[in-house]
Amino acid sequence: MILNKIFKNTLLVLAACLVLSACATKKEVATDATISGQMQSDVYTGTDSVEYLADGVKDRVFFATNESILTTASRETLRAQAAWLRKNSNINVVLEGHADERGTREYNLALGERRANSAKDYLMTYGISSDRISVLSYGKERPVDAGSSPLAWSKNRRSVTVKAN
Amino acid sequence: MILIPIRAFALIEVDITRGNLSPLPLAVSPLSIDDKSRKSFEKILSEENIGSEISVIVENNLRTSGLFNPLSKEAFLQAPDIANLKPRFEDWNLIKAQALITGKVTYVDEKLRVEFRLWDVLSAKEMMALAFTTVPNNWRRVGHIISDKVYERLTGEKGYFDTRIIYVAEEGPKTQRIKKLAIMDQDGANNKFLTLGNELVLTPRFNPASQMVTYLSYFKNLPRVYLLDIETGTQEVVGDFPGMTFAPRFSPDGKKIIMSFAKDGKSDIYTMDLENRIVERITNHPSIDTSPSYSPNGKFIAFNSDRSGYQQIYIMKSDGTNVKRISFGNGIYGTPVWSPRGDLIAFTKLHKGNFYIGVMRTDGSGERLLTENYYQEAPSWSPNGRVLIFYRETKTNAKGEGFSAKLWSIDLTGYNERLVTTPTDASDPSWSSLLSN
Repeated sequence: MILNKIFKNTLLVLAACLVLSACATKKEVATDATISGQMQSDVYTGTDSVEYLADGVKDRVFFATNESILTTASRETLRAQAAWLRKNSNINVVLEGHADERGTREYNLALGERRANSAKDYLMTYGISSDRISVLSYGKERPVDAGSSPLAWSKNRRSVTVKAN
Repeated sequence: MILIPIRAFALIEVDITRGNLSPLPLAVSPLSIDDKSRKSFEKILSEENIGSEISVIVENNLRTSGLFNPLSKEAFLQAPDIANLKPRFEDWNLIKAQALITGKVTYVDEKLRVEFRLWDVLSAKEMMALAFTTVPNNWRRVGHIISDKVYERLTGEKGYFDTRIIYVAEEGPKTQRIKKLAIMDQDGANNKFLTLGNELVLTPRFNPASQMVTYLSYFKNLPRVYLLDIETGTQEVVGDFPGMTFAPRFSPDGKKIIMSFAKDGKSDIYTMDLENRIVERITNHPSIDTSPSYSPNGKFIAFNSDRSGYQQIYIMKSDGTNVKRISFGNGIYGTPVWSPRGDLIAFTKLHKGNFYIGVMRTDGSGERLLTENYYQEAPSWSPNGRVLIFYRETKTNAKGEGFSAKLWSIDLTGYNERLVTTPTDASDPSWSSLLSN
């Protein structure tokens, strides 16, 4: 199946990206014991602040510091979103990209845009037309968690899919 | 405003190239004012004694510079009117003043006339004498202009007191900040909000004439670069881009706006000519290229890019050729801003979890970090290139409480760090050029 093939290729590309980024940079990853279980390799894995577009369709995906690569869990969320969007062809969405507070304002605006586009590209891979998706970056302007901790930052590094109509 | 130089010669000098640990002691005598003038100004301006008020402005400016130590008025032995005619230098010497500022305010033909003199106490000589005539409402500016003249006379460099700051005023919880454009005098007086806070606004920057501002607005949830005329309040979108434009600044001749345009996960640098509306693409790279800033001669552009994997500072010719990375220290670098003197680039650096404001030469050598904190960024130069203003945010506690954002200034020497008082929380400051001359 063509879709299946595209999916495999995407996975390969993503896997390659992950390897590259891991080589290129060493991150300061949070090691605090209290947050283990809610973060994995710097990416938020908990459910605080997560909302649902429909039953079982999470509205957001999370990113590692400075990254816009989708994790396995993020891809799963976006596949569920794509399936829901295919069923509800009258609904358009805005992908709102965000960054944490640990970066300069202007760079973070660009990073939020890059993250939302990363999610957009994945939705498109699953057959959602780009006409139905717009992208909006808030940079670090709209955190969901006001905290100054690695866990709070991880919740804020996100792309949220919002109904546009 | 009319300036009449009376006469001048060179005596005391203040070296501003080093961190000044022993500021020059000087006395700012209240400007003398006759009863009739005092009553006229009181009626027009609701200020009880405008002569004293102007001297307070001068005193505060000089103290804030860190280079001068204005002495307490309580120790002054000579009355303002007599001091302005002929100071008794022994008296001023006694309180250890090395320089003395005196003056006189009069109400003439519905105008404010101010004369002031700068005296060298040790050699008992007049260093400078000037007179101004202006509309009474300009009285605070008179204080700033006197400060600039004294600063220039004693340091040999232009001052920065008759200037304004445009910034973003912030209120409300961190997760739903309300942001407005605001403008104030450099000393915090005359604060005025320019937008209502209905939409998010960021990164305002003055044009060279300090009459226009370019900034980012989320009007109708479409983040775009805007242009605002401060006097008329007229606003317009800059260019017709099919996506987010951000990080705007003026070219040094004020004719172009340089900014980033984000599309498909990539951000590149563009310019738009404000006269003929022609848009030019300056960078074309899959990375994030943003925070562009022209050199004062307009020939080069500094910007930050993550093309090497992380945010670093690059410079290029203004047509986009000869791109060259200049930041090679540990950490990531952003927000390069070219000094008005052209010799330095101020930047924000993130290293080991802390943020620094620093400066480097335009080839990247001679990096100097001026201040370290939990979060601070976005330096903007004083027009004489001696002081940087930036904003700093605090760390919140475990409950996410205790957030604040404030403006701070620091000398190029790394000394004299000061909180710049604003009525609300504040960020993204931009310093105007010198308003007079």
